[in-house]
Amino acid sequence: MTITETPAAEVDNGVNSDALLAARDQLREAPEAAEFVWRATSEWKSGTHSVQTIEHFDGLGTDQQHKSAYVLEGDHPAIFAGSDEAPTPVETVLAALAGCLTAGIAAVAQNRKIQLHSVTATLEGKHNILGILGGDPDVRNGFNEIDVHFDVKADATEEEIAALVAQSQKRSAVFDALTNPTTVNVSVG
Amino acid sequence: MAQKHTTTVVIGAGHSGLAMSYRLRERGIDHVVLERGQIADSWRHGRWDSLRLLTPNWQAELPGARYSGTDPDGYLTMPEVVDHIVDYARIASAPVVSSTAVERVSAIDGGYRVQTDAGEWHAKTVVAATGACTLPNIPALADGVPAGVRQLSPLDYRSPAMLDDGGVLVVGASASGVQLAEEIALSGRRVVISTGEHVRMPRTYRGHDIFWWMHHAGVLDERYDEVDDIVRARHVPSPQLIGSPERRELHLGTLQDHGVEVVGRLGMIRDGVALFSGGLANVTRLADLKQERLLDRFDEWALQSGRADGIPPHRPEPVTVPAQPRLKLDLVAEGISTIIWATGFTADYSWLDVPVVDRKGRVVHDGGVTEAKGLYVLGTSLLRRRRSTYINGAAQDSDDLAAHLDATLAGDSRAARVPA
Repeated sequence: MTITETPAAEVDNGVNSDALLAARDQLREAPEAAEFVWRATSEWKSGTHSVQTIEHFDGLGTDQQHKSAYVLEGDHPAIFAGSDEAPTPVETVLAALAGCLTAGIAAVAQNRKIQLHSVTATLEGKHNILGILGGDPDVRNGFNEIDVHFDVKADATEEEIAALVAQSQKRSAVFDALTNPTTVNVSVG
Repeated sequence: MAQKHTTTVVIGAGHSGLAMSYRLRERGIDHVVLERGQIADSWRHGRWDSLRLLTPNWQAELPGARYSGTDPDGYLTMPEVVDHIVDYARIASAPVVSSTAVERVSAIDGGYRVQTDAGEWHAKTVVAATGACTLPNIPALADGVPAGVRQLSPLDYRSPAMLDDGGVLVVGASASGVQLAEEIALSGRRVVISTGEHVRMPRTYRGHDIFWWMHHAGVLDERYDEVDDIVRARHVPSPQLIGSPERRELHLGTLQDHGVEVVGRLGMIRDGVALFSGGLANVTRLADLKQERLLDRFDEWALQSGRADGIPPHRPEPVTVPAQPRLKLDLVAEGISTIIWATGFTADYSWLDVPVVDRKGRVVHDGGVTEAKGLYVLGTSLLRRRRSTYINGAAQDSDDLAAHLDATLAGDSRAARVPA
């Protein structure tokens, strides 16, 4: 048995970083288990309103399931003649980016033994809608730019916090999905 | 042709293989050094004309041969590196067999069979010192490059004179990428450089070369088994540095001063259009933060060691990249005539028919010692310590592995441990 020294104040951001690091090492040995498939299903309701359900995914070589089915909705606001039952899907993209980067900050902080006190973010997606309306062929459909502003309170220097935020971008799936091209195959029938 | 016998076959007469030869001679171990071409072959052929070493001359020492020239702070040109290694082969009296390409190494009873294009050797032990930069790493997305756009790797590139007049896309911002981007931009061509994660370092800091700092502050002596994530660490791009007589700085900032356009990581080529990541600002920020941590460490060492004389601590300006970097480049329409894949290199172990190679073609080893008894690798990035990546890492690495090899031959499994 070894004697371990307990630090005066244990850093706890609610992230089990030891488990994440162990998973990384295990998946290097069994790379096929690292191949995940994320799933969502969607159903049109009326007008621009639709409902998405997320429950199952594949990973670690088998079917996986969330502890319950999660439901998201999408709609357009009244100024687009929508019924505004739910956020627009582009806003959900911003929410997904915030969720991903924030999770990354917590995980990296845990791994670097930095205690977080609060992490808040404000996101703005710059979007010229002439693109989706077909009003100007030079304007793209998607965001022209996204600004993310984080406020992080933590037991760390300004530089350490900047490094946390930078590292979370480096390891973010949604940041990658938004900043890099992805092949999207759409089929019907 | 009857096979020949020896105790150890060293494959490759570069600086690492020759350093190993020196160590084996020290220990009286019978060996040969098989070389596919001539001594220092890669340094003769796979390098561009203007290239100099990243490390200063005083670090070009090899076991039994210190640098004795007149310019310890300079950086060797490639012909000088070749001369240095050829001289070293003579000093080490290395038994080099030239023009002998190894085609296959396989296990046989009591050792290894080494098949070459000039006969066969049987040996109890084999040291693969075949080089870390044998094959260019060309990403699969290169398949999407339109016909008519010439593709080169740093192993093929020689000088701007070999290029068409059109624009050049350099993919990758390691030492190779930034050096080629600078040279080609100065030749008057339009250059776009695409960068993912990269490593920035100042050439000199507080009056000393960056390698002086890394050497004295102990960075180069960090061991492979002390590094946080060795798989990742072995694949970190080489630092943005150039060896030049005036010790000039080279980074994405200086490239932009020369008119080079910096774009994000190349993600895809779709219908002849190169698509770049919009995450450029983060990779430059990461590189600046990492550089600051490195310099913090040097300042702390300088203070503790009492070498904080002369120039006070200071920080290079962070690199500024366009707020809205280019995300697309239509290669043909924009007149890009050449793409240079400065996307790293891999070692070629395709000849190694021993089950120590992983699914990515890399030899699995513990500080150069493979699971196959008597089979070693030498001269690759961060093999046993950070210094292993550079020429003078061969001195200690070869000594450690020769000790292990010697003990293995003696059948002493307990002594056959790699010294810490």
